[in-house]
Amino acid sequence: MTAEQKKSKFKEGSFLELLNYKDLLYQLVARDIKLKYRRSFLGYVWSVLNPLLIMIIMSIVFTMLFTKKTELFPIYLMCGRTVFEFIKTATDKALGSITDNASLLKKTYVSKFMFPMSKITASMVDFVFSLGALVILIVVYSFKYHRALFSFWNFGIVIVIIEAYIFAMGLGFLLAALNVFFRDIKYIYHAVTTMWIYCSAIFYNMGSFYDKGAKQLKAGGTPYALYLAKLIEYFNPAYIYIKQFRAFVWAPVCRKGLESWAYVHPTDFALGFGYAFLMFFIGVFAFRKSQDKFILYI
Amino acid sequence: MSEYIVDVDNVTVRFNKASENIDNLKEYFVKLVKHELMFKEFLALQNVSLKIKPGEAWAIIGTNGSGKSTLLKVISRILKPYKGSVTVNGSVASLIELGAGIDPKLTARENIYLNGCILGYSKKFVEERFDEIVEFSELEDFLDTPVKNFSSGMKSRLGFSVATMVKPDILIVDEVLSVGDVLFRKKCMNKMNEMLADGTTLLFVSHNMDTCKNMCDHALWLNKGEVVMSGEIEAIADEYMTTIEERKAKEKAAKKKKQKELDKKAKEIEEKKKKKKLEQ
Repeated sequence: MTAEQKKSKFKEGSFLELLNYKDLLYQLVARDIKLKYRRSFLGYVWSVLNPLLIMIIMSIVFTMLFTKKTELFPIYLMCGRTVFEFIKTATDKALGSITDNASLLKKTYVSKFMFPMSKITASMVDFVFSLGALVILIVVYSFKYHRALFSFWNFGIVIVIIEAYIFAMGLGFLLAALNVFFRDIKYIYHAVTTMWIYCSAIFYNMGSFYDKGAKQLKAGGTPYALYLAKLIEYFNPAYIYIKQFRAFVWAPVCRKGLESWAYVHPTDFALGFGYAFLMFFIGVFAFRKSQDKFILYI
Repeated sequence: MSEYIVDVDNVTVRFNKASENIDNLKEYFVKLVKHELMFKEFLALQNVSLKIKPGEAWAIIGTNGSGKSTLLKVISRILKPYKGSVTVNGSVASLIELGAGIDPKLTARENIYLNGCILGYSKKFVEERFDEIVEFSELEDFLDTPVKNFSSGMKSRLGFSVATMVKPDILIVDEVLSVGDVLFRKKCMNKMNEMLADGTTLLFVSHNMDTCKNMCDHALWLNKGEVVMSGEIEAIADEYMTTIEERKAKEKAAKKKKQKELDKKAKEIEEKKKKKKLEQ
């Protein structure tokens, strides 16, 4: 232990204590990524192929199913799926991170924030890798339509990744702490994520809600569909991030004028960051308050 | 800074000894409704105080379940005391169980970095000492082998080498040296003696009184979470040994008594049988 580590500026048990363990975070993230791709036959190819295959199946099914067409549907679908998949896998892995490392926590002192944090960071890196699938898809479609489907707006996704990363951290800390005390949180959370997918407009678009709402209004009834749309747009952080992601990737290359639901306003970013930080503070607070009791339950 | 390097002040550690651990929501609510949420208190340590000055070597002795490991865990920050306080002024290397952070899927090389980081060293720091660690562990030929293929002795060699790569202010050792071959054990002892000579403070748990006497100058005797004696090792070790001998003797006596009773009963039964035969 070097002199610098002795004079740690950060309070034991606080979130910022992680800064004393920067190298450990790096090691753990590198381990997760290395082990994922080591000695697997297809390695990285698989993590690109998998989303592409799912996208192809879903595109075929849903373009046949829905009457309301979405322009460039495969790209639209892939945007939603990648973002949601990140939030889902990151939080899901963070959930079990404390209980999985029980043996380590019983033997050495490490900032406990480290474990969910490393899982979420590894998932984030994975997410960036899997964007390769989206790039391939866009290249294919660029050839198909004889125009470049890339735009300088694409770089904006960095903002979305930051928002989703902070949000996933908060949710991950909360779930990891809960899972120590109640092991069935895992099953409950799986059920919740399944519902969450259907509420996040991944394979349908919000336009159908607005059309239905307008119809309901015309018929003189209460526009429930409209309320539902507002509910998703304002209270589902996952949809807020998906919408922004699409605004940077899918919307700029659409030709047939966008409907109002696809436009992103500055307020959307305020809302996205708002939810991210709210979730982050809730998660860190819950984790800090309960971390001293972890050892008694693992 | 106080004059003590480790100051354990009136520490009490509490565990929940409930007959069944409630670890899921369903059970929690069922018990909540039935008013069966119990908390059975179990005190692993009770009002334990231990003040160690820099450079001292302390042996912690006691029978199984007396709270030795719990005390070491409190000092190395793994457990938080329920009451009382622990102040440690210096860096701690705790060898509570060797290879705490070893990931069996990674190679030895990767594990050295990972484990070093878990112990709080920076990557650069480990890099500088990498050769030294490898040399001490004698694992040069297995650097790129996944640790899952290692024997337990090899694993503990790896763990010990990483944990002692640098001179800590306080070294905590908990019966970890029982694995590994004689040569390596000797090497570890030498390394520990070397550290002691350099002024490292040692906290040592062992059931082997001779090793304790060899390594340490002070001792703390725990029994069922309470301090029985603490002070110079000679007196305590003798007292401890006599108590143990006494207990052994008692047990032996009890055993003898029991055996006698059994013999008596057997005799009685035989006599009864004989009587019956005669009557017939």
